[in-house]
Amino acid sequence: MPIYNMHYETMPREGLEAVQLSRLKATLEKVYSTVPFYKTSFDAAGIKPDDIKTLDDLKRLPFTYKQDLRDNYPYNMFAVPMDNVVRIHASSGTTGKPTVVGYTQRDINTWAELMARSFSAAGATPSDIIHNAYGYGLFTGGLGAHYGAEKLGASVIPVSGGNTKRQITIMQDFKPTILTGTPSYILHLAEVAEEMGVDFRKLYFKAGIFGAEPWSENMRTELEEKLNLKAIDIYGLSEIMGPGVSIECHEEQKGLHIFEDHFIPEIIDSETGEVLPPGETGELVFTSITKEAFPIIRYRTKDITSLNAEPCSCGRTHIRMNKPTGRADDMLIIRGVNVFPSQIESVLMETKQISPHYQLVVDRKDNLDTLTVKVEIDETLFSDEIKSLQNMETSISMDIKDYLGVSAKVMLVEPKTIARSEGKAVRVIDNRKI
Amino acid sequence: MFAEQISIFIENKEGRLAEVTAILRDAEVNIRALSLADTTDFGVLRLIVDNNEKADDALKKEGFTVGKTKVLAVEVKDEPGGLNYILDSLSENEVNVEYMYAFANPQCKNAIMIFRFDDLEKALKILNEKNIKVITTEEICNL
Repeated sequence: MPIYNMHYETMPREGLEAVQLSRLKATLEKVYSTVPFYKTSFDAAGIKPDDIKTLDDLKRLPFTYKQDLRDNYPYNMFAVPMDNVVRIHASSGTTGKPTVVGYTQRDINTWAELMARSFSAAGATPSDIIHNAYGYGLFTGGLGAHYGAEKLGASVIPVSGGNTKRQITIMQDFKPTILTGTPSYILHLAEVAEEMGVDFRKLYFKAGIFGAEPWSENMRTELEEKLNLKAIDIYGLSEIMGPGVSIECHEEQKGLHIFEDHFIPEIIDSETGEVLPPGETGELVFTSITKEAFPIIRYRTKDITSLNAEPCSCGRTHIRMNKPTGRADDMLIIRGVNVFPSQIESVLMETKQISPHYQLVVDRKDNLDTLTVKVEIDETLFSDEIKSLQNMETSISMDIKDYLGVSAKVMLVEPKTIARSEGKAVRVIDNRKI
Repeated sequence: MFAEQISIFIENKEGRLAEVTAILRDAEVNIRALSLADTTDFGVLRLIVDNNEKADDALKKEGFTVGKTKVLAVEVKDEPGGLNYILDSLSENEVNVEYMYAFANPQCKNAIMIFRFDDLEKALKILNEKNIKVITTEEICNL
């Protein structure tokens, strides 16, 4: 497949930077006049949109943090009246408070185009059949990929997540050629296929576009071997847009091209906030320059990575980001769901009125991420009856599912058994080899 | 009339039960009866001992979570139908057994069972009406 938008995706850097600057200026004018949060934060930093004369001036603007989005829940970050908002998505947040994002019709069109570009970069064409196993709903994965597939002109099977055995049957009968989903769910699909006696390698896939959670080169090897397809990494987050912020090209599979005509990336030192020189590793920060409903300025993604400005053999001139290697905070991504340890604490406190010691243990079993929440027992929780203890475990587990949308196994443990270092409990043990 | 049982939360880990029994040994507490209810991850050890306070102190000092529960120690005739007679009397009156376990009693020709009922007061009343012998904590300690 040729490059979907040859004009913008292969634009010489000089032209691209001119486009970025004019779009950035327009975005800054817009947010300053319509979003009180940005007016306040720019004013506090003593800067006006006019002061931004070059792309380099971007670093003078204040950052936007996830907490700012929570403080402006649900709609106060929107830069257009609700009349113009046609879609709302949300990502998991602290108990009952997700991060809410909105889209105008133009935003939806932009997103669809960027996903169509992504499918093309992965080698898809209008004659492909796309099996979309990303979850449909508030999560941006399902609908994001769906609209992009349609925009490309491919046939999309909106199968969503779950109902795994039926998915295998669909793959055998409908003969999809492109697979999308979270890598851990896709590996689970492969296992189920094996149990059903279906040889995944003999299905019809040529490429898979996997994202919404970090995955390694080792997983790529595993996915490509087990599934007999080209495994392509995609990156995105709802605060910036959703999937399709950046994508690997199938030619190189080495770094994800960021769609720079819509987003400006920076890498900063997460301690000092200083912008780091090209190639250095730090926290990824994004500014959107075309979004209408939910423009975002210098958003701290907390993802740790580096940028690669080397030209790419695929012909795209857009800068590449390397696969994120970690997080600048304690957020975990479990089966595509963002989980902060503090959310588990809130659930325990709000629903059980207890604030016990707890620990999150994440494993990857049969290629599926599992979350175990260990809760230290104390006399208020203890009962001599097994069934009350088990009911307690089940009830906490249901509360976590309710509030965070992630399944967790709750395990009561003896007091003082959760490791403490320097008096502070170790909240997370991540055993996944990503 | 009720007997007091202590219960301890233990994780399913090698040697954990032996640690409990070692603590009790060092505190010179004698175990009269016990049962261990287990799940895949943890168990609840229920004990009738000759000195609850000593056992409670010693275990808590070692960081165990200890609960105290009222139970009934009931003498069961050591003959066919002995246990059934008791259970029938209770189920007729809709009293449920939460759990039960047997008691070692070398001095007595009858068996002793420890019962935890969903309605302890009602169970006691029924047992008294049926002239079924219920043994007190003091008696247990002196056995």
